[in-house]
Amino acid sequence: MQISMIVNGQTRTDDVEPRLLLAHYLREVCGLRATNIGCDTTSCGACTVIVDGLTVKSCTVLAVQAQDSRVTTMEGLSAPDSELHPVPAAFRAEHGLQCGFCTPGMVMAAIGLLADNPDPTDREVREGLEGNLCRCTGYHNIVRAVRTAAQAGPAASAVPGPTR
Amino acid sequence: MIPAPFEYVRAGSVEQALDALAEHGDEAKLLAGGHSLLPLMKLRLAVPSVLVDIGHLHDLSCVRVEGDQVVIGATTRQHELETSSVALTEAPLLAHVAGRVGDPQVRHRGTIGGTVAHGDPASDLPTALLALDAVVVAQGPTGRREIAATEFFLGFFETALAADEMIVELRVPRTGSVGWGYEKFTRRENDWPIVAAAAVDGRVALANMSGTVLRATAVEQALAGGASIAEAADLAAEGTSPSSDMHADGEYRRHLARLLTRRALEAASSGLSGPSRSGRPR
Amino acid sequence: MSILGTRVVRTEDPLFLTQGATYTDDLTDERLSGALHATFVRSQVAHGRVLTVDTAEAARASGVVAVITAADLVDLEPLRGYSFVAKTMVRPWLAGETVRFVGDPVAVVLTEQRYQGEDAAELVAVDIEPYPAVVRLADSVREATLLFPDAGTNVAKTFGDPRPKDFFDDCEVVVSQAIVNQRVAPVPLETRAAAAYWGTDGRVTIWCSNQGAQQVRDQITEWLHLDDGLVHVITPDVGGGFGAKIGADPEFALIAWLARHQGRPVRWAESRSENLVGMVHGRGQDQTVSIGGRRDGTVQAYSIEIVQDSGAYPWLGTALPSLTILMAPGVYAIDEVHGSARSLVTNTTPTGAYRGAGRPEATAAIERAMDLFAAEIGMDPAEVRRRNLLPAFTEPHKTPTGATYDSGNYLAALEEVLAAAGYDDLRREQALRRDRGDVYQLGVGISTYVEITGGEPDEGGEEHAQVEVHADGQATILTGASPHGQGHATGFAMLASAQLGIPLDKITVQHGDTDRIPEGGGTMGSRSLQQGGAAVHQAAGELIDLARQRAARILEANPDDLIVDLPLAGLSVRGTPGTGISFADLAADEPLLVDSTFRAAAATYPFGAHVAVVEVDTESGKAEVVRLVSVDDAGTILNPLLAEGQRHGGIAQGVGQALLEEILYDDAGNPLTSTLADYPFVSATELPSFELIAMETVTGMNPLGAKGIGEAGTIGSTPAVQNAVIDAVAHLGVRHIDMPTTPMRVWRAINEARSAADATGTES
Repeated sequence: MQISMIVNGQTRTDDVEPRLLLAHYLREVCGLRATNIGCDTTSCGACTVIVDGLTVKSCTVLAVQAQDSRVTTMEGLSAPDSELHPVPAAFRAEHGLQCGFCTPGMVMAAIGLLADNPDPTDREVREGLEGNLCRCTGYHNIVRAVRTAAQAGPAASAVPGPTR
Repeated sequence: MIPAPFEYVRAGSVEQALDALAEHGDEAKLLAGGHSLLPLMKLRLAVPSVLVDIGHLHDLSCVRVEGDQVVIGATTRQHELETSSVALTEAPLLAHVAGRVGDPQVRHRGTIGGTVAHGDPASDLPTALLALDAVVVAQGPTGRREIAATEFFLGFFETALAADEMIVELRVPRTGSVGWGYEKFTRRENDWPIVAAAAVDGRVALANMSGTVLRATAVEQALAGGASIAEAADLAAEGTSPSSDMHADGEYRRHLARLLTRRALEAASSGLSGPSRSGRPR
Repeated sequence: MSILGTRVVRTEDPLFLTQGATYTDDLTDERLSGALHATFVRSQVAHGRVLTVDTAEAARASGVVAVITAADLVDLEPLRGYSFVAKTMVRPWLAGETVRFVGDPVAVVLTEQRYQGEDAAELVAVDIEPYPAVVRLADSVREATLLFPDAGTNVAKTFGDPRPKDFFDDCEVVVSQAIVNQRVAPVPLETRAAAAYWGTDGRVTIWCSNQGAQQVRDQITEWLHLDDGLVHVITPDVGGGFGAKIGADPEFALIAWLARHQGRPVRWAESRSENLVGMVHGRGQDQTVSIGGRRDGTVQAYSIEIVQDSGAYPWLGTALPSLTILMAPGVYAIDEVHGSARSLVTNTTPTGAYRGAGRPEATAAIERAMDLFAAEIGMDPAEVRRRNLLPAFTEPHKTPTGATYDSGNYLAALEEVLAAAGYDDLRREQALRRDRGDVYQLGVGISTYVEITGGEPDEGGEEHAQVEVHADGQATILTGASPHGQGHATGFAMLASAQLGIPLDKITVQHGDTDRIPEGGGTMGSRSLQQGGAAVHQAAGELIDLARQRAARILEANPDDLIVDLPLAGLSVRGTPGTGISFADLAADEPLLVDSTFRAAAATYPFGAHVAVVEVDTESGKAEVVRLVSVDDAGTILNPLLAEGQRHGGIAQGVGQALLEEILYDDAGNPLTSTLADYPFVSATELPSFELIAMETVTGMNPLGAKGIGEAGTIGSTPAVQNAVIDAVAHLGVRHIDMPTTPMRVWRAINEARSAADATGTES
């Protein structure tokens, strides 16, 4: 069936199977492969993207459910060859990524966290990221990255373009 | 990790959704937030031929006061319930428990109606609703009916909802001034409860102590009869049939039921606003 | 000021944080266009005879190009994998006669589209007549059922001789304990993936997620009986390895075989559920430790007997007990040390290397033993350790088990960590809570550890590097190491930059393409900086020498008068500024390039000490780690930011094993923890932020003075946390709790200790 949505600011219309997961739609139809799939039980959060202003696990959303929605992936945060969005910038500064596989989902989840809670404590960051698993970093520097990003104020939870 | 193929229908209204259910019967499932159903479908434990998407029925999403009740629309997302000022004021146990389901991403999608219809005995919101003596409002081809939460959860993932019905509302009494407690025991914050206990207004409900969420009636009777919290909580395992799995065996679950019931009742009677998220007393 | 030793953010990150890295399943290489998708059909039965594999219905399914079973693989011999694997315990590519674990591949479906694969795989009907499943090591030892009847045994490998009967005769006190170092799953966030393409030149290009392309190339060449030079392996970005992606998986070779068989490229990416049964598991040792000594705290003798779970087909895990025995005595000066082991097969997932690979098992055992000994003689566990540590040394020290430690200062590590943790205050707080009978009790756990990195005990490893400076001022480094998150590109660029003066952003580091880099050892065993980095350092030095010769001719100067001019990124004549020539200019007419092989003198032995502080809810048994303080000494640190990251990740995995993680099977061999919803992978909410203390005791085994750091955090933290949980309830009479120290286990231990105390009418 035909669906259309706005992905990273661009309107798209595609013909898809109803069962196509949003994660696969983004990766294989839209060619946006930063978002990764790390599990099959909605546990790891590597696939986290922002749909209509809210973080969601794109492996547990059908593309057809996102009809008429605005979707943002990590690729949509920072324009090429320009400054990094405050959250990925903080991840770099604090060494909050190693292999990078969980990172796109972690970055988007962090943006969602800061939208809800612009000045979180360490504990609140850990609880806010309970849906995102990382094997490399031990989360220590991820927590630092989110706290650092929070210092950027509203820009840290900003997502390019209107959210609704 | 991929669901089996199915047809997809987006319902524009409750009536359209009901028509689709009537047409397809057992072959159709409603899709609201999809965070109970889609994980099952991805593991191919559920293989409906038709999904009827009610996730865009915004009229069914609300949290409002009506007389001495709080009315929560079935497609209200857990996150909306968690942050609703009406819920926080008028049904704080429910708002808190909504914030304990899964993780933030899951709560952005999962709906209270979907969770209730799923009938998982280890589920947070049904436990809280049971403790609140909630009413499930279902709508079918012949109109609406009300089902007490105590009569809604019939068995393991089995509810009183007929195949041609859908939940449209949940109703709970206003309990804004009443102490409450929710003790959820997990290995990790994001896990389903190994056991959970919700306590409010002399009522206690338990998660994962049986094939359904259930009320700890022996505890409630003891309290009503003047027993202390400790004495009453000691009866929490009565009438339960906890399973043994890799997380806990029956004996340990019974112990947890007693322990968590006691702590939930202590929190409720202490007048503080419930436990911290990590379960440590404030 | 030199960049070395400073916190440099990674050069890899800008790409990783915008377009994202490119993992194997992300590849859009045009050679893979039109690739078939491979989906495996795996046994749902742990042990049995394959009666039929009915592929007819699957073959008719939409998009199916082929369904392959064992019957189709006529030109492939069963797989040994490693030289220590008995010929009677080989592993089939696809099970045609016997399945030996849930997850054993039985068939492969090839489809045009990814989604069609699962639909078709469901339709393959596998009929198996079950045999008794041998799931527990004790059952395998009994040998009532043999996995490989032709082998006549379930024993895949043995190590060492029986312990002498009089081993502990001189000891006043002897304590013995059965310990389980439980099976865990590595769970890199990126599951296994591979893709293969046969070119018209008869060569196959294989992309795969792994820790060393050269080893994969050699293995696949051998396994598929191909001529040398036909296999080209490329390692794209890798989403974590942790040892589990060492070497080729049979699936990689099978994908290559399928691509040739079909005449089309083939790609494969497993699901997480498949990964949790199909990727090697880690650890899996049943241990019996005995520790003996005097009441004054002196440990005189220590023995460890190991039964290693190999899983269904002997693989890397089978061999790891040799490292456990090697590192058995740890940091202690124990006169008599004995170790022996047997690796047995069971109807479970094969075991392999997982962060520490044999050494965490050794440390967990000796650190438990030290605490048990301390409890037996009524001595503080820190004090017992003090009394038995090897004194500080800078010259190599040979241990009773044959390891030659390069340098160590174990006492300093212990004292530093105890001071940073505020050990005395912690004991006071603990005593207070015990006196009050608090529900939440405090536990303090200590570990002091040493581990072996970068090679076998008797020889150092080697690594290759090529450094080239281009005429445009850029530089390229080729390394035989194989990063999967460690940040080698940044680290190696730092080394070259420090020597050559070329800025970091002009240096590219490449790895993982066997056509460009034919020789390499990959990244494992914490070898990359001490060998790969040393090779880069050496190559850069040799490039400077080459440049000197060239510059001498051009400048008509004596080569000995030419010194490195870092701001110029070139060479200048000593004493006459402004007379230099850049390395870039020296590359104008002919390449300025050096290939170098660095051979380390020997393995290195990083060490450290950890203190874990836990709170245990004695009513429920739930333990929470509230502090983790660590000293991890890996010699000279090149980039503290990267080193800390390795320590953090290692510590988290250690906490995970101590507190949460375990792969479980039911008695029929069905996996109970085969999804990430069931497998309790440690998340952010179970961990504190860590307190890391820096300590650098250099090694003489390489010019960088560096030891490996990648696995140290795991080795140190696991026993510290386990010891802490037990310590929290030791006053109630608990002596030992196996990992993971789940709430139920702790609760039971408390109850049993209380019952025992009641029965004997004593208090602990």
